[in-house]
Amino acid sequence: MAALLTILIDGLTYASWLFIVALGLTLVFGVLKILNIAHGSFYALGAYAAASFVGWAASMKWAPGLSLVAMLLAAVAVAAVVAPLTERGLLRFFYGRDEVLLVLVTYAMFLIMEDVTKLVWGANPYYVSEPYALFGNVNIGVQTYVGYDFMLVGLAAVIGVAVWWGLNRTRTGKIVLAVIHSPEVASSMGVNVSRVYMGAFSVGIFLAAIGGAATAPMISVQPGVSVGVIIVSFAVVIIGGLGSIEGAAVGALIVGLARSAAVHLAPVAELFSIYIVMAIVLMFRPEGLFQRIQARKI
Amino acid sequence: MAHPTGPNRAWRVLAAAAATLCAAGTVQAQETFKVGIVSFLSGQAAESFGIPAVNGAKVLLEAFNKGAAPAPYNKVGFGGMKLEFVYVDENGGATKQVQELKNLYDREKVDAVVGYVGSGDCLAVAPAAEEMKKFLVLYDCGTPRIFEENKLSYVFRTASHGAMDNVALARYLKAKNVKVDSFNMINQDYAWGQDSKKDFAWSMEKIYPAAKPGEDQLPKFGAGQYGTEISALMAKPADITHSSLWGGDLQAFILQAGPRGLFQKSQVVFSAADHVLPGLGEKMPNGVILGARGAYGLMSPKSALNDWWWDLYGKAYNQYPVQAPYRMVQSLLGLKLAAEKAMAANGGKKPTPEQLAAALRGSEWDSPAGKIRMALGGGHQAIQETAIGRTRYDAGKKMVVLDDIMRFPAECVNPPADMKAEAWIKAGFPGAKGCP
Repeated sequence: MAALLTILIDGLTYASWLFIVALGLTLVFGVLKILNIAHGSFYALGAYAAASFVGWAASMKWAPGLSLVAMLLAAVAVAAVVAPLTERGLLRFFYGRDEVLLVLVTYAMFLIMEDVTKLVWGANPYYVSEPYALFGNVNIGVQTYVGYDFMLVGLAAVIGVAVWWGLNRTRTGKIVLAVIHSPEVASSMGVNVSRVYMGAFSVGIFLAAIGGAATAPMISVQPGVSVGVIIVSFAVVIIGGLGSIEGAAVGALIVGLARSAAVHLAPVAELFSIYIVMAIVLMFRPEGLFQRIQARKI
Repeated sequence: MAHPTGPNRAWRVLAAAAATLCAAGTVQAQETFKVGIVSFLSGQAAESFGIPAVNGAKVLLEAFNKGAAPAPYNKVGFGGMKLEFVYVDENGGATKQVQELKNLYDREKVDAVVGYVGSGDCLAVAPAAEEMKKFLVLYDCGTPRIFEENKLSYVFRTASHGAMDNVALARYLKAKNVKVDSFNMINQDYAWGQDSKKDFAWSMEKIYPAAKPGEDQLPKFGAGQYGTEISALMAKPADITHSSLWGGDLQAFILQAGPRGLFQKSQVVFSAADHVLPGLGEKMPNGVILGARGAYGLMSPKSALNDWWWDLYGKAYNQYPVQAPYRMVQSLLGLKLAAEKAMAANGGKKPTPEQLAAALRGSEWDSPAGKIRMALGGGHQAIQETAIGRTRYDAGKKMVVLDDIMRFPAECVNPPADMKAEAWIKAGFPGAKGCP
């Protein structure tokens, strides 16, 4: 029983982190039809920006609790500055082109951003572990958990509900859904499709950056942090169905629990567990769990 | 037209001869020895291993070309030939590295390649260099398999393989009377991690026969998130938790495991962790037992050569050298002596790969970390002494220091020439000499 509880808690905390990052990936694909290989780079940018902002906040003698505000500001800064620059300055020129070309463009962005982060922040690691201690520890059975991990679960839930609410219960969300359904018809109804694209891309990048910012206190922020997260995020959105918020949530939970069970019961199968689950889902639902089969437009 | 005769002709012949000699001398003076330096310049291994190693190569290049290194390394360049380095990023996977290696030999026309941190990369590039009959020095990677499973003529490794690190850890625990009834392990799921955990488990079987292995975690390289693995290690805490994690993975593991109390519940031992000490500072828990894959950094021996190296690197980068630059410098010092020996045997001319290989095979030289001897793998694999210590944060110095340092001679923690590491450990370390 204790082992099952540990598996569930570990699975849930891992899934929360994964969901925040994968949600941005699925949102960008859902609206812009871009499989953004550079998503991990925005995650890394969020982590680096958080390291700088938290360091700045400490130098300004902000209260320790406000380091969370600094992390949020870091993610907002990445979304407000880098996302519009990328979308307006590069991606918009490729809209309507082959999806494979867009994958290549975002791959190029990934490579460029790897070097840009190194140019700006250098190769030395940054440590911002102070926020990790803000929520104390929680003892459950023989395990001691860091309260910050449970804060991430709450953050993931708030973000998931907020994005779902924004898309399904607000006027702006309805406009975004109209653009997803048909950009041409939405445009003919007076919707500024370009603005919707830029807004959706910025929100997607904000989610990647907040994922990176929230992870920064648990790691040493250094070159290469972008790589690991993108692969497993792709597994999540493929399981859930590209472009589906519910799919990202369920996909993250499935991946988190499968990985957690493997680590506790058969560690050698840790990596295998994620991809075997993905393969099984694709065997029965090639479009993912929450993606409806769509008729091809002619 | 009449031929010049008499004194006039003699002067002309002398002038022509002098001009020819001068020209030949100029060619020789301008000839360079070109070395490809391959290490991680980007990606997760850059910060801890690649860039410090390349930084080490850069200061050494300058010192060599000025003839400013101490004797016997004080000839300018390599035997008078100016030294030139070409730097290549190791990031991108083994397939890319094989292609990059071929580019270095074919397009850049390098005379030798010194490189490779990743054990997977080393396993991939060694056969490629061998096939091309080009000279290759592996300076860092740790998997014992390269020379134990292959007979190579053009490939060398100038640092000990990973078996040494894990044998030394087990011997240290015994020598310090650490109680070990059980041990858990967490290692990365690739050649280095897999080999390290096997070497440690086999060593423990011999040194602590009653100790029972428990958790055997194998996270992927670059996982970053270790919450679940830490839970598994905490669920059944063992007396010892062993790990060969390194770089960003090791830093993330320490930052996540520290607040959860793993370091209080279990004696953690790291086989290759000195490089994270300067960055982590007071975030590094006290009392952790660790190695550096050699007597490097804070565990390096006192010597004039080490003092020179420590000073050279410290002044250039404002921090002390850790294991990666140490392994780079010992590699380049060995290559320099081998090149100069091969040149001497070749009438002062640049040596061929075969001549270089013959000079380095079975050789030995002094390095800042002690004597390096190419004693294994038919003279292609180095052995060296190593050291293990215990962490303590020194608030006065504002840095992590290492206490209880114990040194292990090369023959104590490396297999003899006629045995593979696995067989040697499983046989109970026959022929081990000088163990403390």
